[in-house]
Order: sequence, then C-alpha cells, then structure tokens
Amino acid sequence: MGNSAIQIDERDNVATATGDIDQGDPIEVISPDGAVIFRSKAEEAIPFGHKLAIRPVKKGEDIIKYGEVIGVALKPIPSGAWIHTHNVGSARLPSRGREEGVL
Amino acid sequence: MTARNMTEFYGYLRQDGSVGVRNHLLVIAPIDCSFEPAKKIAAQVEGAVAVTQYHGCGNDSVLVHNLVGTGLNPNVAAVLVIGLGCETLTADIVADGIRPSGKPVERLVIQEEGGTLRTQEKAVHILRRWAQEVAGLRPEPFPMSRLTLAVECGGSDATSGLAANPAVGVACDRLIDEGGTVIFSEPQEMIGTQHILARRAVSKQAADDIYKMIDREEVRLKARGVDSRWMSAGNIDGGLTTIEEKSLGAIRKGGTRPVQGVLWNDWDRFDRPTRPGLWLQDGTGWDVPSVTHMVAAGAQVVCFTSGQGSTTGHAAAPVIKITGNPVTYAQMGDNMDVNAGTILDGSESLNSVGERIYGAIVETASGKRTKAEALGFRDYIVFCRSRAAEHLLGHC
Repeated sequence: MGNSAIQIDERDNVATATGDIDQGDPIEVISPDGAVIFRSKAEEAIPFGHKLAIRPVKKGEDIIKYGEVIGVALKPIPSGAWIHTHNVGSARLPSRGREEGVL
Repeated sequence: MTARNMTEFYGYLRQDGSVGVRNHLLVIAPIDCSFEPAKKIAAQVEGAVAVTQYHGCGNDSVLVHNLVGTGLNPNVAAVLVIGLGCETLTADIVADGIRPSGKPVERLVIQEEGGTLRTQEKAVHILRRWAQEVAGLRPEPFPMSRLTLAVECGGSDATSGLAANPAVGVACDRLIDEGGTVIFSEPQEMIGTQHILARRAVSKQAADDIYKMIDREEVRLKARGVDSRWMSAGNIDGGLTTIEEKSLGAIRKGGTRPVQGVLWNDWDRFDRPTRPGLWLQDGTGWDVPSVTHMVAAGAQVVCFTSGQGSTTGHAAAPVIKITGNPVTYAQMGDNMDVNAGTILDGSESLNSVGERIYGAIVETASGKRTKAEALGFRDYIVFCRSRAAEHLLGHC
C-alpha cells in the first residue's frame, strides 16, 4: 500500500483518506502527480473518504478541495488533523446565495 | 486501427463536416406503434440499431429535438424512420429534421406500405444497401479538436469523487487543451456549486444561465418535497462536510476549464456547442437519458464513471465505463472498461490515470469497442419533463 491520503488538486489544503487511518498511523499524502507532499502521524482516526489538513489552517480560512472552496475553518486546524463538520462550515448557505443574499 | 499518437483519432468525415467514430445505421420509431417492427427490421441488418421512446404519438418537441439530434449525431451514417401513419409525431417530422445533414435519410410508413411485412421487406433492402456502403468507408485521421466528449456518472460511491471523477476531469482538461469539446449535465448534482461554476463562465450570459439552470433544478426538487440544500446523514458519515464538497465531487468529472455556456434542452430550443471547450447541458440526473441528450447534442464518445459498477451503453455512441473502486473493477470486469482504483491502492497517480483515460478516449474514438458495445448494449431513453409541471413552476 502506498498512499494513505491523496490531494486531488495541487491548490488543495486538504487530502482525502484512501483507506481507514487509525490513530497513530503514519500518514503519507500523494499529490495528483504522484509525489509525496506530506508525511505525518495521525493524531486521531480518519475514516476512508474523510479529510485531513495538509497545512495549518487559520480560523476563517478557506478549505480548498478539488481546487475550489468547499467551506471555511470554524477554528484553527493544525496540519494532520481530521477535517469535518466539527471544524468546517459551508462558505455560504448552499444554492440560495444570490437571491437571498445570505453568506 | 489505432491512432498514431494521442493528438488524433481515426473517424469518418460526414457530408456536413462533422466526424463520426462509428457508422451506425439508425432506425428511428418516433412512436410506440412502430417500435416492435423497427426492432425486427434492425435485427436483420448488421450495424443497424432501433430506437424509440414510449410516449404515445403526440408531438412533444423535446422528444423531436432529441430524436432528430440522435440522427444528426456524426456517429450515425444513415437514418431510416419508420412511422405508422395516423400519428401526430410523423416519420416526416423526424426525417425532415435530419435531412439537412446530407446523410442518407429514408422514411417508411406502415399504413402506406400495407402492413409490417411489406414495410420490413423494403426497410431491410434500404438498410442492407447502406450497410454495404458503410462497409467500404475507411477511417481517416482527425485532430482531437473534432471530438466532443460527454461525461456522465451513475451508481456513485465514495470512490467516485475521490478517484474516477477527478481522473476523468484530467482527461477532459487534456481534450479541451487539444481544442476539443466536453459536455456534462446532471444539474441536480451541481446544486451548491452555482457560484463556482458561474465564476468559471466565459461570459455574463453563461453565468446567468448557470444560475438559472441549477436554480430551476432546485425548484423542481423542492416541488417534489426534497430539500436538496442539505446533506444526508450518509453523506456526512462518508466524509462529505458541505454541499459544495459533495457537488464538486460530481462536477469535477467535467474538469476545471472555463464554462462556455449552458446548452438548453427544452420545448423551445435544443442547443449544441457552438465552439470548443466545456459546456453544461440542461439535462437530467437520470443517467441513460442524460447520455442520450448529450449524444443528441453531438457527443461522439461518452465517459461514464461508476463506483458500484454499471452496464450502460448507448445506441449511437460508445460508452467508456470507469470505476474508482478496485473491488468493483475486479467484480464487474465484464462491464467496466477502465480501472481508476489504482489511485486508491496507491499504485498510480491521479494524473497518470487521467492520461490513461484520455488514451482510452482516443482508442475508442478510433474504433476500439467498449465493453458495452461488445455486449450489444444499446441503451436509449429521452427524458421529457412534464410540460404542465414546468408551466406551474413558472419555467415555461
């Protein structure tokens, strides 16, 4: 087994686990080109399909996946940490934005 | 015949200047009553394929646009339309729509011919003559800029947004960089990414159309009692944090290039790409009709991603099926053409799989049969929205 997580777009600050990662497991993040761009040890369990930060993220900073903003950090997130609904929120209320002028 | 390199494919130049990658003889039954005879006719001639849509016999212009569009697709070498005689949507309406392409088009009407046996006899003669003619055609090399690719997904799982869709996106970007055209659809799966797609639009018109198309889809879902804005518990358990992330996983299969515009697909208009690049189609999330609409808009090749595995082919275009799930590839090897699951097991990079998919597109365009073609799967469905419902929703 090679990667434990992949970065989908080179602009991304998160990677997605390609298998279940247990607490304490070594994490290797592979770029779209196949290069290892991040190595760490899992501070917490990261299930398959879930994300981890591959750079430290400040509160309010954009979370980038697929080269696009998928949400905003609700608190500071250290690199290697699990990223999900507990620390990231939608950057805008989905799909209503333009008409209703919501965030 | 295989392409000499990855910058050209072998195809067949049509009279209207388009380039086909197959030489299908299309037998169109514009109404229910002529479909059984049409199937029997097509079964007697190699290379012939019969299509219909069970709808009664009324003249729904969405259906006409799509049947005509399928006939106009460059993969179709010749078209025979079989009518009954008393229908509103006549064989002539469909045949006349296809004739401007210059390809051979004939129509037969069962009540005029005096029954199905006489119709069959004449039809088989016409098709056999065409089959002989197309057998003599030799493919020639064309630049990839002459290719339009449709991308679709069905039977998605957690690997789709992680492996197969982004890898197909890499292939789409490559094709567009070569001057080619890509269409993707399924506006339901774009919900929550309006602002992202609109930002990629090449014009204000394109951006406005993107909002209009996706917002309308949301209204339709809402009218059906579905709140599309929120994620299901299963989505969140699977690792999707926001609706943007969920939809981005789906739309990444179209790649990352600028969006040229929306191809409308309704009663008043049926658009085709007017220049190369990435186009969105006002289609459906239902996979077979979604493919039909993109093929009717001119796509010669289809890439279809499926996490769980799919059987889908198409009547008028080869469908390359790609899975990001290595287990699915192992279990559904009869049906899946490309294994993108190597991204998950760490043996191959995303970009490398994307290049492999691009290679599969070139080879398929140049004549290599897909699994669905080899199995004889010729799916065909047109999706017709309820005009009454669209009227009540204020969409027409």
